[in-house]
Order: sequence, then C-alpha cells, then structure tokens
Amino acid sequence: MSKLKSNQLLNSSKTDKLILFINKVFLSLIVVIVTVPLLYVLLGSFLQPHILLTRGISFDPAHWTLDGYIRIFQDGTIMRGFFNSIIYATGFTLVGITFTILAGYSLSVDELVGKKFFVIFFLFAMFFNGGMIPTYLVVRSLGLLNTPWAIILPGAVGVWNLILARTYFKAIPNELKEAARIDGASDFMIFWKIILPLAKPIIFVLALFAFIGQWNAYFQAMIYLDDRSLYPLQLVLREILIQNEVQPGMIADQLARAEMQRIAEMIKYSSIVIASLPLLIMYPFFQKYFEKGVMVGSLK
Amino acid sequence: MAKPEDALVKTTSVDQLPKIKKRKESRLNYIKRNYILYLFLAPAVVSVFIFNYIPMYGVLIAFQNFSVMRGIWGSDWVGLAHFTSFLTSPNFFQIFLNTIKLSSYELIIGFPVPVLLALMLNQVRRAGIKKNIQLVIYAPYFISTVVIAGMLFMFLSPAGPINSLLGLFMDRPISFMSEPDYFRTIFIASGIWQGAGFASIVYVAALSNTDPQLHDAATIDGASLLQRIWHIDIQVLKPVMAVLFILAIGGIMGVGFEKAYLLQTDRNLPASEIIDTYVYKRGLLAGDWSFGAAVGLFNTIIGLILLVTANQVVKRLKGETLY
Repeated sequence: MSKLKSNQLLNSSKTDKLILFINKVFLSLIVVIVTVPLLYVLLGSFLQPHILLTRGISFDPAHWTLDGYIRIFQDGTIMRGFFNSIIYATGFTLVGITFTILAGYSLSVDELVGKKFFVIFFLFAMFFNGGMIPTYLVVRSLGLLNTPWAIILPGAVGVWNLILARTYFKAIPNELKEAARIDGASDFMIFWKIILPLAKPIIFVLALFAFIGQWNAYFQAMIYLDDRSLYPLQLVLREILIQNEVQPGMIADQLARAEMQRIAEMIKYSSIVIASLPLLIMYPFFQKYFEKGVMVGSLK
Repeated sequence: MAKPEDALVKTTSVDQLPKIKKRKESRLNYIKRNYILYLFLAPAVVSVFIFNYIPMYGVLIAFQNFSVMRGIWGSDWVGLAHFTSFLTSPNFFQIFLNTIKLSSYELIIGFPVPVLLALMLNQVRRAGIKKNIQLVIYAPYFISTVVIAGMLFMFLSPAGPINSLLGLFMDRPISFMSEPDYFRTIFIASGIWQGAGFASIVYVAALSNTDPQLHDAATIDGASLLQRIWHIDIQVLKPVMAVLFILAIGGIMGVGFEKAYLLQTDRNLPASEIIDTYVYKRGLLAGDWSFGAAVGLFNTIIGLILLVTANQVVKRLKGETLY
C-alpha cells in the first residue's frame, strides 16, 4: 500500500519535472521573442540594415557606421522634438500630479462636507466623456491650439489616479494628524510636513506613469499642434517611420538615390533607438515602483 | 382649539430649531475652518469641469448642424439626422464590425496570455532568474506606439527581415501592411508582444501573495503540479481576472485607436477602419464636427452599455463587481 503511494508520488513528480522543464523552454523562447526585434533595431542603427538583412551580424568594421546618428544630430528636427517632449512630459506630470495629490488628499478626509458630491463629480467624468470632437472644440475655443498648454492641461487630472491617491491617503492613520493638531500645527502644515513625506511613494509612482505616458503619446499633439517647431518627438518619429518623410536637411546633399535610401533606412533605426533608449535604460531602476504602482491600482 | 396647536408648534420649534441651526452653522464653520481642503480641491475640479464636463455639454452639437461662427445656441437643430445618416451609410456595417472584431478578438486572444505568463513565472524557483525574465518581458511596454508601428512597417515590408525569412519557403514576398487580411493578426500579435508581459505584473503579485502552506498541504496530499495550479493558483487569480475582464469589456469600443490609425494604409482600410479613426477623419480632418460628434457619442454609449452589462453578468456569476 505504502509502496504504491510512493510510486504514485514518484510518477507524478516525474511528470511535474517534465512540466517544469517545458515551462523553462517556453519562458526562454518568450525571452528570445521579446529581445530579438529590439536587438535587431539596435544593431540596424549601427550596421547598415541591408547588410544586417543579407549577411547577418557582420564583424567587418567597414560595415559599421554612425551615419544615422550623425545625420540626426546635424539636422536637429529630432533633437528639437526630444527637447519639446521633455518639456511636455515634465509640464504634464507636474501639473497633473500636483492637482491630483491635492484633491486626493481632500477627498480622503472623512468628515469633508460635500465629499459625496465631489466623488460623484469625478467618478462620472471617468465613465462618461464628450468624445474627441467636443473636447477639441473646447481646447480650440480656449485658444490653446498650437500652444504647449494643449498638451499639458487636458487630461492632466486622471480620475483613476485621483482614486489611487485618495485610497493611499486614507490608509494613513488619523492619529498622526490629530497629534499634530494638538501640538498646534495648522492644516496646511500637517499636509506639508506629515502627509506629503508619507505620500512620496505614491507621488513617485503616479509621476513616473504620467511622464512615460506623455513621453510616448502622439495623438493629442497630432490634433492640437500644427506648428512643426512645437512637435514632440513622437510626431517627428511618425513622419520618419510611418509617413516615410525623412527631413530634407538630413539627406539633402547630392547623394545617389540608392545611397539616400540607405541613409533614410538607417535614420529610421537610429531615431527609434534615440527615442526609446532613455526609457529602456531608466526603467530597470524603477521596476519595483512599477510593480507597486500596478498593485496600488488593481487591488482595492 | 388654537392653543394646543400653538403649544405644539412652540414645543417642537424650541426643541428642533436650535439643533438645525447648530448643524447648519457647523457645516459652514467646517468649510470655513477647513477652507484649505477646498482650495486643494479647486484646481482638479476646475480642470475636470473644463476638459470633461464642458465637452459633455458640447455633445449637443451631435444633434445640430454646428457652425463655429454661430456657436451651440445659434446653430440649427437637426435631431437624430447625423445618427441616421451614419447608421444607414454604406460603410457603417463594415466600420462597426471592424471595431467589434478587432477588440473582441484582441480580448479573447490577448486576455489569457498574461495569466499564463504569470502562472509560468510563478514556477520559476530562483528569484534572480525570475527577476531577469520579468525585466526583459516588461520592456516592450515602455516603447511608444509610434515606434511599435514603425518597427512593424520596417519588419513586415516586402524587403524586410520577415519576408526574407519567409523567402526560404515562398517565392513572392507578402506585403503584409497592405493586405486587409493580415491587419487584425498584426495588430493583436504586436499588442501581445508589447503588453502581455507588463499586464502579467498584477497576476504575478497576486500569486506571490498566496500562502505557501496551501501548496505544501496539497503536495503532501498527493496533488500534482497541474492539480495545484488548477485548484490553488487559478482560484487565487479569479477575482483579479474578473475585475480586469469587466474593465476590458468596458474598453472594447475605445480599442487601440492610436495604434490602429498608425497601422492604417490605403489598402488595408477594409479591415483597419474603426469607429474612432472614422470619427477623427470625418470630424477633425474633414471638419464635419457634428457628424463626428454623433459617431463618437454612438461609440461612447455602446461602450457604456457593454461595461454595465459585463458588470452585471460577472456580478451574477461571481459576486465580484467593479463599483
């Protein structure tokens, strides 16, 4: 009897081991599938893409070049987009997070008179919206078209973020505030000196997500900005990658057609690297915060 | 006869008036004392009012022939004309089906992937290796939609790497981006490539909060690995899946507009034109404000109906609810 059972155990642990082995194989495969396209672009930005395509990774130094990057830096369109994107993403994050944290704190105060009204006010905005055209008309009638404010202001206060902030503040024990109040601290001092320092993690997480979201966004810029000098990086990239419009300044010289095409192709690869690398390099350092952020958002 | 009533009135007023007054005063007092809380609320309230509520009022233009010069009150009312003209237009059916197909296929195919990933990651015993795998599979999430679309165009072009790989088996290159048949596959596969890893975070975290004693006890009782995954891990994930599923269904009508628009080419339009891209082209690019607003409103309402329905269904089934 006991022999049978131990046999069974042995058997099942054998299949278990097989399953675990298959699991490892699949996970390795997934890692390869995720990495290969990224590495391909990175290599393509240094190696000429047609060589990468026809000969694979070449170690012949003659095939390696910084041409794509040099053109990008010389032309300046991408660099200006890069700079604009920094401004938009920073502004969007600062405005949005300030508004969100302040309001989230107020809504976390239980005895706040009118709390129900405000909560409903915000929640309703989450489930219903006017849509693209009416929003566009509002931005237009405020005179924000073709200004950075059209990117920074609409959508800066996300209701979802507001709920996250409020939930976070609610978890801070009331005794802390009461103790400070007895010591004679004003409401503002309590918020500034006690609550804010405690809220650093949530502020950081929300700010990170806001910044990344805005850095990668193109749609608002596409509908609100006509002036090319205001274009954020993603719009410049869209012209190069999707609409195949390499800036004349980048390849204006008297080059043969084939040469021009080769360089246009390289510029695509290098511009992708320039646009994506900052986030991809930064992100491992923030990984634990992303996990925290997603957790705050999902488990009420 | 009058006296007792008077007395009644008097006694009640004496009893209740001060109470009411006191409560009113304390409300006002509360606001005065805590005016700073209201100051804190003001910026968010104002900006949500301007950018969320005024556009809701602006939806009225869906029922008009709106002209910017004449404003909402000066424009002619046309009732449901724009809705009927959209619903009866020859391409309505195609656009509507494209939207529904794209998003429901994405949901059906894409939803289980992060769950599977999390279950797989959960079996990796060495914490260091697990961390590194996560580091890699989260990465594509941080790449912008424009870059993803650009990479798809490059990789899938007739002279691109995918076709040169396929060239080993086929004689003619496929121009993926101009074939309507490939659009949904490309859209959904690239979506999974980019998002599934990051979406698994929630599930991974839920699994790592599971009491390990459950697994130990099950193992002692002779449960195999698959049995433990089915009876413990999946059960742990169910409530999280329910909430995320409702949210996803609510988002069906708002599916990936930004990516769909970028991946559109003249020739794949029969599959890639969805309601939101249509709104953008007709409403903003062509300047047909009212028609665009009507189509957008139609889209929002269907989305809301789906969200509420999904919530009700899941509530019946599981007792989990979103709100």
